[in-house]
Amino acid sequence: MTEHSNLRRAFLEVSDLSVQFPTEDGIVRAVDGVSFSIERGQTLAIVGESGSGKSVTAQAVMGLINKRNADVSGQANFDGEDLVAMSDEDLRKLRGNKMSMIFQDPMSSLHPFYRIGDQLTEAINAHQKVSKTEARDRAIEMLHKVGIPLPAKRFDDYPHQFSGGMRQRVMIAMALINSPSLLIADEPTTALDVTVQAQIIELISQLQREFDTAVILITHDLGIVADVADEVAVMYGARVVEHGSVDDIFYHPQMPYTLGLLASVPRLTQVRNDRLDPIPGNPPSPLRLPTGCVFHPRCVYQDEVVGDLCRTQRPDLESVGPGHEVRCHLPAAKRQAAAEVALAALGRSST
Amino acid sequence: MVILLLLLTLVVFILFSLLPADPARLTCGKGCTPAVLEANRHKLGLDLPVIQQYWEFMKGLFVGRIYAADSPDPVVCNAPCLGYSFKRGEEVLVLIKDRLPATIWLALGAFILWLAAGISVGVYAALRRGRWQDKTVMGISLAGYSLPSFFLGLMAIFFIVIRLQLLPYPSYVSPFENPIQFFQTMLLPWIVLAILYAAFYMRLTRNQMLEVLGEDYIRTARAKGLPERIVIRKHALRAGLTPIVTAAGLDLAGLLGGAIITESIFSLPGLGSLAVNSVNDADLPVIVGITLVTATFIIVANLIVDLLYAVIDPRVRLVS
Amino acid sequence: MSQSVEPAAGEPALRVSDLRTYFPVRSKGLFPKTIGQVKAVDGLSFEVFPGETLGLVGESGCGKSTTGRSVLRLIEPTSGRIEFEGVDVTGLSSKEMVPVRRKAAMIFQDPYNALNPRHTVGAIISAPFAVQGVKPPGGVKAAVQELMERVGLNPEHYNRYPAEFSGGQRQRIGIARAVALRPKFIVCDEPVSALDVSIQAQVINLLRDLQDEFGIAYLFVAHDLAVVRQISNRVAVMYLGQVMELATREDLYARPLHPYTHALLSAIPVPDPRAQKQREHIMLSGDLPSPAAPPTGCVFHTRCFQAQDICAVEKPALVEPTTGHQVACHFPILEFLGTKGILGPDPGLTPQAGGSLTGAAAGSNDLIREIGTDYGVGPDTPIDPGPSIWR
Repeated sequence: MTEHSNLRRAFLEVSDLSVQFPTEDGIVRAVDGVSFSIERGQTLAIVGESGSGKSVTAQAVMGLINKRNADVSGQANFDGEDLVAMSDEDLRKLRGNKMSMIFQDPMSSLHPFYRIGDQLTEAINAHQKVSKTEARDRAIEMLHKVGIPLPAKRFDDYPHQFSGGMRQRVMIAMALINSPSLLIADEPTTALDVTVQAQIIELISQLQREFDTAVILITHDLGIVADVADEVAVMYGARVVEHGSVDDIFYHPQMPYTLGLLASVPRLTQVRNDRLDPIPGNPPSPLRLPTGCVFHPRCVYQDEVVGDLCRTQRPDLESVGPGHEVRCHLPAAKRQAAAEVALAALGRSST
Repeated sequence: MVILLLLLTLVVFILFSLLPADPARLTCGKGCTPAVLEANRHKLGLDLPVIQQYWEFMKGLFVGRIYAADSPDPVVCNAPCLGYSFKRGEEVLVLIKDRLPATIWLALGAFILWLAAGISVGVYAALRRGRWQDKTVMGISLAGYSLPSFFLGLMAIFFIVIRLQLLPYPSYVSPFENPIQFFQTMLLPWIVLAILYAAFYMRLTRNQMLEVLGEDYIRTARAKGLPERIVIRKHALRAGLTPIVTAAGLDLAGLLGGAIITESIFSLPGLGSLAVNSVNDADLPVIVGITLVTATFIIVANLIVDLLYAVIDPRVRLVS
Repeated sequence: MSQSVEPAAGEPALRVSDLRTYFPVRSKGLFPKTIGQVKAVDGLSFEVFPGETLGLVGESGCGKSTTGRSVLRLIEPTSGRIEFEGVDVTGLSSKEMVPVRRKAAMIFQDPYNALNPRHTVGAIISAPFAVQGVKPPGGVKAAVQELMERVGLNPEHYNRYPAEFSGGQRQRIGIARAVALRPKFIVCDEPVSALDVSIQAQVINLLRDLQDEFGIAYLFVAHDLAVVRQISNRVAVMYLGQVMELATREDLYARPLHPYTHALLSAIPVPDPRAQKQREHIMLSGDLPSPAAPPTGCVFHTRCFQAQDICAVEKPALVEPTTGHQVACHFPILEFLGTKGILGPDPGLTPQAGGSLTGAAAGSNDLIREIGTDYGVGPDTPIDPGPSIWR
């Protein structure tokens, strides 16, 4: 991904993004030097566990972090403009217009007191002057597009009259109503049942093809990543620890955390001995991130690194293949060997 | 609702019958003889058992009532008869009707003042949470909350009326008679009463707003790119309104039953001062009457609050 | 764990027969009346044997959690019979339930709300001893610290409060409390769904180890089929208060018979991109019907791609076509339909690439069938309804 920048800028290029919240207990480093890029029509999955900084990253890109309470630094070049340096008013004009976002919990993400039609047309009116009937027509068309039956009738209904899956469809309609070129989906299906999740994921993919949207999908679910992502950034302890194509991450993983994640996921079919291999220990508190490599207290390979590099020195994001980067002190050969073992346990080979 | 009111009058009746004071004794003055006392007691209907007194009262409410019908000077009290005060020689309903306007004006004026001040300052504090503006507002609110209204009222009279002579001494007139004097009289009571309540509404509004501003749908509103003032006014404030409406409805209704201290300090002829005097005189019919009127206000306010809920929150609307 | 448990062997730890838990639906207004019932659990029968895990899966509102709570009588069942080790506990008073509760415990979903924040970990874990009046040899504190060590907590943290622990550690506290009295049976209600993946695996392994050590029977309630597969010997799939299919783990995941089980399995994306692209893909249309107004006949027929006229009329009985494999369906899927099975688009959406609208769609409730030619069934061939026991 770095070689792109010489030729031309990617559609969205985030570099060295950091977000810190000063609190009474100390500074919370929620995002610490995160870089990634994405093109139109592509899907980038940001994977990580709770507290890894994936949601804050997304909110920083959207300008949803209140700069009064947080320090945001770095760059986020979006179609030629830097989102981090931009004024609040300019950001507002982009939000919901050229870039938009859907959230985890559709039950609480719609305002309970307003008709969904009003909430949709409000999104149109925030960015352009259109007549009332035109806004209504566009909203109804969008509701139809996201698969709401009888959209003209449902236009006047309140959120509580919709099921969870239908509300998420309304959220998607609202996010896409101004045809944004960037959509950030923050755990869009986590609160939904699996059968509904499948519908929503399919819907997002379909609309992405139609509008040629760049999608950043934030999730903890490796199954969804495998299903829809083109590129994957694995986050841990506020940093991106591995970044690559979906094939890189699932078939040539390098970072011990990625390996541990793959080995922890329960599967539908027996792919290894019957027992899961969990990552030992607990995720770090963003208030007290470990020194050196953020993953070292839980890493089973730290003894194989000479000296106490893992404890003292922060590893750089090192390129290990085209578009594939890893943040790890382990020598390449040992990383390879670790990956072989982990993949063999999953019944997969790296070739 | 009707059942509630009936129960309430019954409780008031029983409570007062347990009081050691004898209302008949109080009606009869210095030259009291046992015979006069007995006659007065009979006239008041106090010689009947409590339950029967209650029955007479209820009958009076619906069909009217004649006190001491067998005596040479019966007192007629037409329906709806809330009772007759022998102490004051007037029907309770008339007494209340006379006193009600001052109370209503006082309550309404203060209500508007405190809502406007409380909500706007509360929203302001919430938007500057944790910063000096917020802390100042919360400090002022705490002070307003802890200051007793008699202290505030007396200070206001002392400094503004007596020392600085900015306003004439309060003397209540109807606004339709002399609007200028009315406003001069009411201004201080309104402010004193409003400060007390505004302190509470600031806190309530601030906390409500802070809670609502953390809601997911506020994040959605911002993610749509709505201007911040619309996010605050249209999305956050409306969502935080429900508990404020509840509190406002009940507070207003409570005040309509009389702001005892404020009315006394500013010598306003309202229900509150009437209530105080009646308690001192053990004037049972008046007390029961005021209790009933106040309770009716509160119950009606509850009903209105419930209806307002439905206007604010579509989820409350009944599914037909 | 891996050894299969013979259902016939010995007394079950728990036997549930025809369990029903209905919740009244009340009208609003001054005088609320009961205007209907939500049949949260509607005629469930199953057994859990010592040392065995029965998984209970389904989507939200299918009644799986209500079942777990009804079994322990934390929610009073409407009818049915619950037996612990052969003893009928259905009619026992809450006083008579006390000794029973020594044998049966529960682990809750939310490690943040299930522990009293004002009690120390020691107090929380020792509560069962106090409630039951049990005096463990060596004293309560020693017993609690042994338990803490056993579930992977530092025994020195005896006097800490729940807020000082992470989500995974709190779930370990909940587990220590549940196993304190060495129960024979534990209801685990979504014990890992609030946890991160890496922590989930730790807790699943812990639950399995404790089971092996103490011979506990688990009723494992969860929505995640992969998690359930990891821990269960047998699995029951629920939909709208009823069991659709109940089978051994091997049978259920490799040879599911019920269309709903197929749909559930195919809806879960697997963390393997190449495999995921080749998988059978069934998409159910619509949402779950309201449990207050369940469909007639087979409750699943409104979303079923196999449904025919009879399904809307007649409720299929739970039958056992092969030993230990129960299914309630008029038209169970007796063979896999190939790698590409049934595709169904969302209502109002254009069909996905690869799907083709054919005449068959008309009969199958807005769903499109595309059936692999390898199996000799074309789109117009009706699916073999199976042996006569299905009719």
